[in-house]
Amino acid sequence: MVLANTPVASDELGQQISVRLRPVLSASYQALGALLLRDLKVLWKDKWIFALRTVIQPFFLCFVFLYVFPKIGQGVGGRGPAGESAFATVLVPGVAGISIMFQGVQSIALNMAQEFGFTREIEDRVQAPCPIWLVAVEKVLSGAAQGVIAAALVLPIAAVVHAPGVHANLDLHWWIVLTLVPLACIAMSGLGLLLGTSFEPRNIGLMFGFIILPITFLGGTYYSWTTLAPVQVGGFHWLQVLVLLNPLIYVNEGMRAAFTSFPHMHLYVIYPVLACFAGALLALGLRNFRRRVLS
Amino acid sequence: MKQMSATQLAAEPAMPARAAPIIHTEELTKVYPGSRLTAVDHLNLDVYVGEIFGLLGPNGAGKTTTAGILTTRVVPSSGRAFVGGIDVARHPALAKQLSGIVSQQNTLDRQLTVWENLYFHGRLFGMGRAASKETADRLLTQFQLEKWAKASVYALSGGMAQRLMVARAIFHRPAVLFLDEPTAGLDPQSRLALWSLLEELNKDGQTILLTTHYMEEADQLCDRVAIMDHGRILALDTPASLKGSIGGDTVVTVRAAGDLERLRQVLETEVEGVRQAQAVEGGVRLQVTSGKKVMREVVQAVGRHDFDLLDLSVAEPTLETVFITLTGRELRD
Ligand SMILES: Nc1ncnc2c1ncn2[C@@H]1O[C@H](COP(=O)(O)OP(=O)(O)OP(=O)(O)O)[C@@H](O)[C@H]1O
Ligand SMILES: [Mg+2]
Repeated sequence: MVLANTPVASDELGQQISVRLRPVLSASYQALGALLLRDLKVLWKDKWIFALRTVIQPFFLCFVFLYVFPKIGQGVGGRGPAGESAFATVLVPGVAGISIMFQGVQSIALNMAQEFGFTREIEDRVQAPCPIWLVAVEKVLSGAAQGVIAAALVLPIAAVVHAPGVHANLDLHWWIVLTLVPLACIAMSGLGLLLGTSFEPRNIGLMFGFIILPITFLGGTYYSWTTLAPVQVGGFHWLQVLVLLNPLIYVNEGMRAAFTSFPHMHLYVIYPVLACFAGALLALGLRNFRRRVLS
Repeated sequence: MKQMSATQLAAEPAMPARAAPIIHTEELTKVYPGSRLTAVDHLNLDVYVGEIFGLLGPNGAGKTTTAGILTTRVVPSSGRAFVGGIDVARHPALAKQLSGIVSQQNTLDRQLTVWENLYFHGRLFGMGRAASKETADRLLTQFQLEKWAKASVYALSGGMAQRLMVARAIFHRPAVLFLDEPTAGLDPQSRLALWSLLEELNKDGQTILLTTHYMEEADQLCDRVAIMDHGRILALDTPASLKGSIGGDTVVTVRAAGDLERLRQVLETEVEGVRQAQAVEGGVRLQVTSGKKVMREVVQAVGRHDFDLLDLSVAEPTLETVFITLTGRELRD
């Protein structure tokens, strides 16, 4: 800390007061570091709960679709190991995508709704000596990091949990993995920020029912976008067009591009659209955050 | 030359340290969007280094809003506010470095322990690892919370949580410590403990601005008090001067049935030494000087005019009396 006569003080009030002040830029940088450090500490405390929470959904998805269904002869994707494996190849990247989304919702939306709600912890957090938006951006960064961890935990599960003979044909395209996973995580954390700043804690049930459920079921987790073409009315591929409004579809298609060689939506579409979604969700989320914090 | 400087000295305020205000507002006004009420109404306020300053007022007076503007949580509608010379609306991130805040609700980090709540606050304000650790340990001892260092904040009683919030707020040595209704909801013992804690901090040079609607708190703790109502400052002075300002050294409250306005006139004219008479709910309040025979005179006057006397009480003036004199209402709703 430095002891300084701030120029601001003398300019605006016509008198000098000695106060300890650090430049906003370095104070903000240090505050951001401390907020991240705090989240890391909390994550480390809850590491087992975090791991369990992250793993449980992918586990049950793989267990039901890739183990139980083939075992009882209800295999999705056509009878026999070949069809079942093709479905596994579609499903595993989808599970990674949906895990990233749930990470965004759980680590940001649920926590934030609570901190805005009865605990009012957010009031303390925004006293950090930095611009208010940085507090929200920090939440997005730490949520995105948790999303990356979640995505990394999914693949080992898919490798282990399946019926004999059913195999996802994974084929990692590293440069896509390294760029698209972080982008997807940031977009889904942005979604979490928007939801967390839009819903009161008592309306969380509504959020799950009316937003999360449609997004997950129409997000291309269990099917790939390219195969939706047959759903049509009078030659119009209505479902294929409708789901384009859903950010999760680009995440899941992106995961397919990253983890498999299965046909997927073109990367020239996925990258820019996902980036736009990330930008829009963040902008709306930050606006909401500011409105909720300031009055 | 010598003589001249002596004159200059005399003209200066008693405490040279008070020359520059640490908090300064100019016509500060807040109207919440969608509200017709003016929550803070053209407020002009100066708080000086080293004092405990109290904003005293009933519910809805605008105390929290005023503190909220100074701590950058509320955006003023017009006017300006400075903390340490920084315009809080224009440079909120900078201003936040100067403030330590204890808000009306418990805002402790529920996912951290007592010690960690302090430690991470230090890091947040740019203190290093070693300095934050050392300060956290020292403050826990100073605030008698060291036994609870590893406990969850859920384990703390209301009074302990409040102490921890104060410890956290002064952790980064703020220029001003803001406390919003710091003892609301505390039991009497915890309240006294917090008062002496704040007095000690103030003795070490901490400037404090607190809001309260307990007149005892403002009276006991504060060097100067601003009495607020409807967003405006009605009076501002030391508690002693405020109490002295209303005229009279005794306050007599007469509770009676009947036409109270007539009773007020009767008492004002027929009782000796009345400086002010005011009709209040269910009775009349008199401010009297040297009221030795006042009881007898009041009883006689009431009897002469056939009022039913229900209750009669005599007290020294309090800040509550000052508030009633200024507004005709009681401080507590
Ligand atoms: N966020 C808000 N939106 C709209 N109006 C508000 C808001 N906060 C406060 N007000 C109004 O502004 C006025 C002043 O409120 P404020 O909270 O500053 O009073 P206070 O003196 O702190 O009262 P209390 O003792 O109840 O805490 C009140 O009329 C209140 O209804
Ligand atoms: Mg208040």
